[in-house]
This record gives sequence, structure tokens and C-alpha cells, in this order.
Amino acid sequence: MRQLDFMGKRRLAFIVSIVLTIVSIAALALFNLNLGLDFTGGTVVELHYATAPSLDDVRALLANQGFENVSVQTFGAANEILVRLQETFSNDVGNQVVSALNSGGASIDLVRAEFVGAQVGDQLRDQSGLGMIVALAGVAIYVAFRFQYKFAICALISLGHDVLIVVGLFALFQWEFDLTVLAGIMAVIGYSLNDTIIVYDRIRENIRLSQSNDMAEIFNGAINQTLARTLATSGTTLLVLFALFFLGGDMIHNFSISLILGIVAGTFSSVYVAAALLIVFKLERQDLIPVKKENVEEELP
Amino acid sequence: MLNRYPLWKYLLILVVIVVGVIYALPNLYPQDPAVQISSTGGSLDSEQIERVSQALENEGIDVKSASMVSDSTGLIRLNDAEQQLPARDIVDGTLSNDYTVALNLADSTPGWLESLGAAPMKLGLDLRGGVHFLLEVDMDAAVEQRLEATASAIRADLRDERIRYRDTAVDDDSLHLEFANADDRDAARSQIRQSFGEFQIDSREQGRRAFLDMTLTEQAVQDIQDYAVQQNLTTIRNRVNELGVSEPLVQRQGPNRIVVELPGVQDTAEAKRIVGATANLEFRLEARPDTPDTETETLAFRSTASRTAELSRDVIITGDRVSSASQSFDENGRPQVSINLDGTGGSLMNQATRTNIGRSMAVVYIEHNTETRTVMRDGEQVQERIPSTERGIISLATIQSALSNRFRITGLDSPTEASELALLLRSGSLAAPIYFVQESTIGPSLGAQNIERGIFSVLVGGLLVIVFMLARYKAFGVVANVALGVNLILLIAAMSLLGATLTLPGIAGIVLTLGMAVDANVLIYERIREEIRARTPAQQAIHAGYGRAFTSIVDANLTTLLVAVVLFSIGTGPVKGFAVTLSLGILTSMFTGILVSRALVNLFIGGKPVKKLWI
Repeated sequence: MRQLDFMGKRRLAFIVSIVLTIVSIAALALFNLNLGLDFTGGTVVELHYATAPSLDDVRALLANQGFENVSVQTFGAANEILVRLQETFSNDVGNQVVSALNSGGASIDLVRAEFVGAQVGDQLRDQSGLGMIVALAGVAIYVAFRFQYKFAICALISLGHDVLIVVGLFALFQWEFDLTVLAGIMAVIGYSLNDTIIVYDRIRENIRLSQSNDMAEIFNGAINQTLARTLATSGTTLLVLFALFFLGGDMIHNFSISLILGIVAGTFSSVYVAAALLIVFKLERQDLIPVKKENVEEELP
Repeated sequence: MLNRYPLWKYLLILVVIVVGVIYALPNLYPQDPAVQISSTGGSLDSEQIERVSQALENEGIDVKSASMVSDSTGLIRLNDAEQQLPARDIVDGTLSNDYTVALNLADSTPGWLESLGAAPMKLGLDLRGGVHFLLEVDMDAAVEQRLEATASAIRADLRDERIRYRDTAVDDDSLHLEFANADDRDAARSQIRQSFGEFQIDSREQGRRAFLDMTLTEQAVQDIQDYAVQQNLTTIRNRVNELGVSEPLVQRQGPNRIVVELPGVQDTAEAKRIVGATANLEFRLEARPDTPDTETETLAFRSTASRTAELSRDVIITGDRVSSASQSFDENGRPQVSINLDGTGGSLMNQATRTNIGRSMAVVYIEHNTETRTVMRDGEQVQERIPSTERGIISLATIQSALSNRFRITGLDSPTEASELALLLRSGSLAAPIYFVQESTIGPSLGAQNIERGIFSVLVGGLLVIVFMLARYKAFGVVANVALGVNLILLIAAMSLLGATLTLPGIAGIVLTLGMAVDANVLIYERIREEIRARTPAQQAIHAGYGRAFTSIVDANLTTLLVAVVLFSIGTGPVKGFAVTLSLGILTSMFTGILVSRALVNLFIGGKPVKKLWI
């Protein structure tokens, strides 16, 4: 089987990674995330229709009038409608909604319009942040224990790289970041870690089997051996995600974007960040194979 | 012999699959719209339920069935979701105030499955909708409670400084202190000014008596009210999470309201009671015989109303200082609540008990109730709320030694009361009383179109994975796909058992774990292919492939599981829900990817003379 020289191109890959990371940080700093209704809150409008409307029509009318991020649901009875908008609350939002919907010819009464707070409390935000740090520390300890501390550091850098790039691209393109995207990011962490460990596992196995000290050569072998698996797994997962992206509708659109980006980044980083960084960190055979103590006899009396 | 499993392994796998199928099965039965009745004081029996459902029939409502589901809860199932609201109103009108009537979505799981503890997954607010409560925070009470607390702090402060005062009184948004003479008042004024900046303080004389009038500034009133709503929001979120409702929605709406939306919860009546509950505890010392009357309060015992005790008006600590609480039983089998206090609470408690050994300390149970009455005023029907606060002593015991931050409380009526009190103490108390102003069902937040597209895309995604595996691994692809099917069944079963709520992103998450679950098989099959390329005989190739892929699979899955477990233990709400799906997915996929697929391979070709593997 033909061997691809992955490690030979690692300098180019580092440049790509560094540029992407800088772009991501800059995008986050300059544009911020475009947070969704879940995080920002907005306005809730309660409407009373004389006759029950079709919810899909209501949604279409609101979308035509430029209201974004709208959720429309029945409320008790079929002619009582609850609309949630990301629009900041002001006294005339309610009337704007009513006039937007009136253009459809229905007779509508405004029951109430009020601001709604974020669905995600500060508590959740803080706890999730803390949770992430603890989780990463746990991963680092496990990897250091099962492999070696250099592997742990590189795995963490690679994870941070993937998450940063996905979040950064969301900021750059101002895609809406809501709770489903947050769930997507967590899945990316799981996936990227999975991928990295599989490559590491093969590297460890090959270092133990081979007599060579040429790490780049060993890494190339390991990555080539796992390549078929990496492509098959990323392939099946991407297949699912493209189905969700193209057919799934608005609700899971951004969720699938976050995962598609994350899986591409995760696959790339398990080779070019997680593995290639080990060379930068000067991984040696001795790190995985304890050196046998020589001249033990001397210590004996 | 290579690649043979002992019989017990096949049987074990079979048992797991059968159990999985049984617990996944209830998801095939739809839910009924229902009205749930539960008694809070009076009794409830099947005759009453029968009468209520007769009343519904008379009003032209189509009752599917009506029955008791437990000793104090009855369920009336309806055929038409549109009639749920009017039905609720009729039931509410028929029954007295001793009953809580709530909307519900009832499972229609057949009895034999139910007896095994099987129940379907609940569909989330986005897919199915649920119940919607709108609560209003009592802003006046929030201010009043703050004033009471301030009064208590000032009393303690003045006593410490040995400044004599006569009385303290609270009205609207001000606090009045009465002194015997102007000198005492001026001393108090300079003392108080430093620590209570949110008040505007005025001096006033009336005859020989001197007063201080402390009025909250407008800004302070607003801050207090804002804080009360925020605090209540946090508490209600905690309570809803404690109830085990996954994927709820708790939001602030307008200046003084809170929305709570729960996806088809098991017991809406319970949810309603817990969300709005205002029970709290106060720890107070029994008054000394020589304590002046202005500093004491006589309270009755909850168990025997005729027995009373005179307590100091000063509160050592309230239930707000509780950091954790759990219900258990004491040596005599009576319910008790074990309490842990936070740092401040612990030292306050220690201070108070250390200097008062030999005196008695009372645990007071407080409940704020409101009765809503409809009265006619100026020819209009107006809803009038009459708030009342009930305080009752649940235990009074001599302090034997200084208490630390851990102790137990006994004297509760029932295990239910004890566990509800523990839950309320854990989740924090409400900063101000709240009322239900609106209750109704709410439709799915996603349009039918969106749901259809979502589910369609998920099906297509799943199908693509199946086709891919067949194309790439041929016969072994069939094995992987069967394992994948088993994985899906086990995952659904596990999620149903844990009472997880399914949302559209949740479904996408499941499909994603399935996409990742084939990873185990891909790893194994690629190893087998490598072995075959190295000219290893078929049986040995299979054996080596499974064996050598094993460490990779375990390492990769355990690290991901680690992340999921940490996210679960620390996260709340949606993060937690996602962590559950992820960890269950990892466990089931390891089981099916390694054991089930191996069993299938062993069963069909294990130990047989196979020349070429169709992989």
C-alpha cells in the first residue's frame, strides 16, 4: 500500500492551523458571537385570533416582514398564539407583530407583549465553563496515565484548536449560536478526542514494536495505517451530517454546521496538531518504554 | 477453538437485547391528553372520579377513561386535545379547594409493560409542547420581607451597642423605630446610617416619644424587586431540575413574571405544588422568661395546635443557609431531614448554640399561602388575593452542645413532607411569594413542517450509514448494521428508563452517536483487513482484528465517557441532557460494537473452515 508522507508536510499544516487560530481569535474579539434567543432573550407576544390560523402561514408572514428567529406556538387553544422573537422589547413590538400578521387578512387582538429573559441562566454558563475545565483536566490525567504527559498536552492543544476554530468561524460568519450549537460543540470535543486517541494508540503500539528512533517515520506509518479507519468513520459521520444539513430544516441547520466544521477540524488536528506536535515536544522511545537500569549488579553488596 | 463463544455469552447478549426491546417498546404507544386530579387535603376515591367524569360527559366532553393512578391521584383521559382546557375548568369547578387540578399528557403504555417499570421517552417542548405556567412574583411581599429582615438586623445591632429601643414596625416601604427619648434615637441614627445606605432616614417626635422613619429609596425598592425576581428564577430552575424534568424552559417575562414550561411531565400536580411552594425553616431560641414581650412571639406546634411556646423574635438562621439536605429515617423509623449548612450558616449556628447551652432551640416551619377570591367591586369581577403566613414549630429541643454545620431535623408528619422539605431546602427558598396567574397547554415550538423535515433527514442519514457499511464491508457490513440496530434499541431503552426527554437536537445527537458508533466496527474491520493483507489465515485474522482493535476502542471511548460524566455532574439543563445521551450512546455502542458484532461473527463463521473473508 502506498504510504503518504503526512509528517513531511507538517510545517505547512502548522501554518494553516496557526492562521486559522488567529483568524478565530480575531473574529471572536472583533465580532463576538451572534447569540441566539436561548442566550439573549427577547420579546414574547400573545395573540388572540378570531379563527384558528395555520401556524406555518404565521411563521411565513413574520419571516417575510423581516422578523428573524421566531418561534410560533399555540397556547391553550388553537386560536391563541404565542410568538417569541429575538427583537429587543419596546412598547410597539406587539403592534408591529400584529400589523405584520394583519396583512394576511386575519382579525387579531394583541393580548400582551412583554420581554422575556434568557433561557440560559448565568448559572448554567458559569457551571458549563467550570465543567469544561474539570473535564479537560480529567482527560489530561487519563491520557497522561495511559500514555505519557507529552501526549496529554498535545491532545489538549488539539482539542482547544478544534473548538476555537468552530466557535471562531461562527463568530466570523455571524451564524447564530444557540443551545443546539453548544450541544454540537460538545459533540465535537467528544469526536475530536476519540479521533486523537485512536491515532495515539497506533503511534504507541508502533513505537513499542519498532526499533527505529525516527519518530516522523513511525508517525507516518501509524497515520497511514489508521487512515482507512479515519476516512470511513469521518465519512459515515459526515454523511449523516450532510443529510441533516441539507434536509433537516432551520432547527438543526446550525447544529449540523458546527459538527461538520468540527469533524473536519478534528480529523485534521488529530494528524497535524495532536500527532505532529509530539515531534515538536521531542517525543522519544524512552518516553513510552522505560529504560532498563544498567549495571544493577553494582548495587549489590 | 478460535472465534467461538461459550453458550452463556450468547445467552447474556440475548437477555440484554430482549430487556432492551421490552423497555424500548412503550415508545410505540402514543400519549393521551389528560386532566390530573390530586388531593392535597381531602380524600379522593374512584367514586369521585366517576362523578367528575360524568360531569364532563354531561358538558359534552369526550372522556376516554377515568381512573385512580395512586391513593391520592386520579387521571381522566380525553380523546380530543382541544377539549383539555374546558375539561380542566369543569373539573376545577366540580371539586373543592382541597384538590389540585392540572393538565397532563398521560402515557398509554399497556399494563404488562407498566408493571415492569417501562415508560416511553417524553417528547420535548419543541416536538410536542407541554404545560405552560405563568407565575407572578409578589413585589410588595418582596419589599416587606426585606424590611422585616432589616428590622431584625437593626434590633440585633442596637442590642449589641446597648442602645435601648421600644418597638419596630413595618409598613409599605418604610420601617419605623420607636425610642423612649431623643438621645437614644440620635445614638441609634448615627449607628444605623453607616450600614443601611439604601434608606432615607428621618427623625420625628410625637409627644415624648421619638421615632426614626426609614424609607427605602425608589432605586432600592427597584433593586429589591429585581433581585427577588432573579432569585425566584434561580430557585425555580433548581426546583424544576430537582424534579428531574429534563429540557424544561424557565424564563423571566416582563418585569415581574416568570414562565415555566414543562414537557409532558409525569405528575403536573406535583410540579405545580413544588414550583410554587414557599415552605422554609427558621431556627430560633426559646425566649427567656425575662425577655420583654416586644422581642418574643408565641407560636403553636404543628402536631398539636394547643401546645405553644414562646420564642425569641430573632432568627438565628433560615433555611437559606442550607447547602444540602436529604430525607432519611431516624432510629425509630420516623422521617427526618439531614441538613448541611454553608460556611456562614455553620458559624452563625455554632456561635448561637455555643453561648446558649441548656436553652431550647425551636425549628419553625413557615409556609406562605394565598387564597384567591373573586369579589365584585364597582360592578366588576376582581381577583383578590389574601396572603397569609403560617408558622408552626416542628421541634423544640434543649441545646446539649454547640452545633456545627451538620444536624438532623425530626418532627415531620410524613416521609413525603420530609422529602419535599429537603428538596425545597436544597433548591433554595423563594425570595418572595409567587402566584400562578396562568396555566395552559402549549403547542410544539417547532412547526409540523420543521419536525417532518428533521425526522426525514435523520432517516436519510441513518440509511446512508447503512448503505456505506454494506458497500465497504459487504458481509461484515451486515453484521455492523445489525449491531447498529441493536445499539439504537438499547439506547432508546436506556433513555426511556432514565426518563430522558427527546428534542429534535436530541434526535440528531442520537443519530450522531450512531454514526460514531460504527467507529468500533470500522476499527475492527480495518484491522482484520490489515491482517488479511499480511496473509494471516481467516480465523486468525478475525481473532487478531478484534483483539488488537480492543485497546484503541476502550481508550477512545473511556476518554469521551470521562468528558460526558464530568459534564453530567456539573452541567445543568440542556448540557446535562446531552451528556446523558452521549454517555449512554458510548456504553451501548461499546457493548454492541464489541460483543454483539463478535457474537454474530462467531455464530456464523466462527470455528468453520473459511478460506476467504467477504470483507
